[in-house]
Amino acid sequence: MRRLMTTFMLMLMAAVQAQANVVEHQLKNGMKVIVKQDKRAPIAVSQVWYKVGSSYEHGGITGVSHVLEHMMFKGTDNLAPGEFSRIVAANGGNENAFTGRDYTAYYQTLASDRLEVSFELEADRMRNLQLQEAEFKKEVEVVKEERRMRTEDKPQSLTYELFLTGAYQASPYRIPVIGWMSDLDSLQVDDLQVWYRKWYAPNNATLVVVGDVEPDQVIRLAERYFGVLKPEPVAVNKPREEPPQRGVKRMALKVPARQPYMVMGFKTPVIGKTDQDWEPYALEMLSYILDGGASARLASNLIRGSELAVSVDTSYNAFSRLPGMLVLDAVPRPGTPIETVERAILKELDRFKTELVTDEEMARVRKQITASKVFEKDSVFYQAMLIGQLETVGLDWRLGDGYVDKLKAVTAEQVKQVAEKYLVDDNLTVAVLEPLPMEENITRHSAAGGRHGQ
Amino acid sequence: MVNNTLRLLLLGAIIGFAGLLQASPKIETWQTGNGAKVLYVHAPEIPMVDVRVVFDAGSSRDGHKAGITSFTNSLLSEGAGKWDAFQIAQRIEGVGSQLESGSLRDMAWVAVRSLIEPEVLDTSLQTLSAILATPSFKKEDIERERQSILAGLLQDEQSPGSVGKKQLYELVYGTHPYASDPSGTRESVGSITREEIVKTHQRLYVAKNAVVAIVGAVDEDLAAIIAEEAVGGLPAGEAMPALPPVPPLDQGVIKQIPFPSTQSHLYLGQPGLKRGDQDYFPLYVGNHILGGSGLVSLLSEEVREKRGLSYSVYSFFIPMRQLGLFQVGLQTKNEQADEALKVVKDTLQRYITEGPTDEELKAAKQNITGGFPLRIASNGKIVEYLAVIGFYDLPLDYLDRFVERIEAVSKQQIRDAFKRRVDSERLVRVQVGRFSAPVAQVNRAEAAE
Repeated sequence: MRRLMTTFMLMLMAAVQAQANVVEHQLKNGMKVIVKQDKRAPIAVSQVWYKVGSSYEHGGITGVSHVLEHMMFKGTDNLAPGEFSRIVAANGGNENAFTGRDYTAYYQTLASDRLEVSFELEADRMRNLQLQEAEFKKEVEVVKEERRMRTEDKPQSLTYELFLTGAYQASPYRIPVIGWMSDLDSLQVDDLQVWYRKWYAPNNATLVVVGDVEPDQVIRLAERYFGVLKPEPVAVNKPREEPPQRGVKRMALKVPARQPYMVMGFKTPVIGKTDQDWEPYALEMLSYILDGGASARLASNLIRGSELAVSVDTSYNAFSRLPGMLVLDAVPRPGTPIETVERAILKELDRFKTELVTDEEMARVRKQITASKVFEKDSVFYQAMLIGQLETVGLDWRLGDGYVDKLKAVTAEQVKQVAEKYLVDDNLTVAVLEPLPMEENITRHSAAGGRHGQ
Repeated sequence: MVNNTLRLLLLGAIIGFAGLLQASPKIETWQTGNGAKVLYVHAPEIPMVDVRVVFDAGSSRDGHKAGITSFTNSLLSEGAGKWDAFQIAQRIEGVGSQLESGSLRDMAWVAVRSLIEPEVLDTSLQTLSAILATPSFKKEDIERERQSILAGLLQDEQSPGSVGKKQLYELVYGTHPYASDPSGTRESVGSITREEIVKTHQRLYVAKNAVVAIVGAVDEDLAAIIAEEAVGGLPAGEAMPALPPVPPLDQGVIKQIPFPSTQSHLYLGQPGLKRGDQDYFPLYVGNHILGGSGLVSLLSEEVREKRGLSYSVYSFFIPMRQLGLFQVGLQTKNEQADEALKVVKDTLQRYITEGPTDEELKAAKQNITGGFPLRIASNGKIVEYLAVIGFYDLPLDYLDRFVERIEAVSKQQIRDAFKRRVDSERLVRVQVGRFSAPVAQVNRAEAAE
């Protein structure tokens, strides 16, 4: 999920340019409202973003942000559990929520004349959530099932989780968004109460609306429903800085599986946390040249070419709250040792240090980001996502405006420089999935034995 | 205060909608010179165009080599005309366009999204045309793709969900072409030859077996040129003959597959409904209430909201050329699989017997009709609708009349349709996971050894 989101944001960054039709407004209680008019279809998306996520958590309560997200549908002083969803549905809306490292966000997509429904409901649960013990007991079990489904029974997800905990020593990016099972087991409704009071306040939230709306009207509605909410003192996060890495880190995971798999990552800077602001853009360019399509280097040289891998993906996010990594993951071609794939990837990365990327490659990336900026106008939801994400990680949504230009300004020499500086062994973490046979593991754990196998 | 206003909003929801329903996109249709059906919608707002070409070339056309249609589809962009895989990718990506292809049981497709600048559009369409009409199917590309498909099949084997779904289809469909998985099996994929792939392409990628859907900032004249450019290189060929009907299940089937997972994945299935089915709308609305509407569905209410047994529980009908799958599914930790199964079976049985209540039907209609504008709010969504309308020969006013057809569904129709079409005595049940007490398994009669 999280990884998908990162890759997705990378592509998405291309979407926003200078927009005359964006209006920004701050309510007196500190809540920020950003409205973007898009009259193509009579619909609107409304998203409320809170500055809280798994990177705000500490040991013992991991997963609390995500469990709280689930509980936000479980009743307020005014609404019974589940009533929120029933009202949105009866108004023809789609709704959901998502939790990441840096944010928790809630959204409804509706016919644009239903926007008020969304505001009234979101304002209500921002301050009036009722965290009931009985509802919590059931819902935390749902979340544990979610963890089993997304992580426990997925060898690649387990490897990725291990990779993050190994790569980050102090950074809270080591914490899995869904939380550790033991923390979910011992989570109490009081933990959620504390978390809710601490972070759910108008001055810690951003409202983003994109669609067929009049910005003045939206702001008036926002004043009416959100403007009356009381602000709260919001805690300042500790820096929790990641110490410099001094040597390659390696780890292995042995679970029943059929396919080997590998994740590797290099610690990298992010925008807003580096005085060399061009560096994150140069790393974005480097990622696109590696993995911006079927003509990019990894597809051309590792999937085709040497044919060592059946998939290799790269992700880098220049716009997270804390510094992250440039991550590559790969599935080898059946029969190819994973070490061979790793060596081939490292060799591809080394090329960035010895030769300049070509004009042709850079031109291809520029065309792609320019076009995807146009294509992304086809979705009001993604336009809102981009604004909300930038604001919530502490950056200005206008940064999106300049993205294409900043990326276009990156030089081949700068790509070489970031490769030399960051894509080095001492900065590297590698996690490998070593499959155990699946059949033996069934027999060992199953009371029934192998009678039904085939 | 808040409470009352919210309740009023809920009650009032149905009243306001009539006035705001968006006019459906106006669909134009014609045939290319070589006989491909074209459906087109003018969407002038964004300077881009979506071209989606679909073929009756899904795995229901595999014949004896399971996976061959999907294999063929995935090779199209690996070399065509005078270009190799890199050159094709470079041509598409070098102008910022996006190419996507895929293949399921009924349909195989290739889709391009492009800016409308003439040079960009021209490059995109020339490439698309070559991919469809003159793929090279070079030996080395075939071998590479074969390894990639085999790797995907290995990965499926480590996923309890994939294992369960494949088994469900096999047991529901028996000897019908829908039984096999679109990606085939390791054995079948291992044995497919170049000659078979070339023949598959010649047979299926022909104009009379194709539908071209176009949505974008191009006028009708340009759309006509685009359609000719995209599929004009194909021979006229013949449309595929009708698929055989899906036979009903003689009896219930139970299958347990041991798997080293913490959760059990549970599936119930049966042949469901067709596109254009007379029961389509009652079953669609009825299923929306049963398990098709996320957190507010009956299954979700019983399994997740009341008991906390599963993160995801659902039911759906996949409308296809012949009876597509009706499926109910969930995942839960192994220890409580029996309990979850009982709740699902009880809920389904009660729904078949009693049907929905007035309130449930009203809420479902409010959600579906009120949400109609969301369904057609982007070019990406409209082009997929066009492909479906064209492929399944649905009436061109399908979208125009969608809301009134939903409104016309009655409680009795839903109950009647579920009673006739979903038979709880003859369900296929597949369970993948660890079992404390294995049940006596019931095999599909015709599959018995």
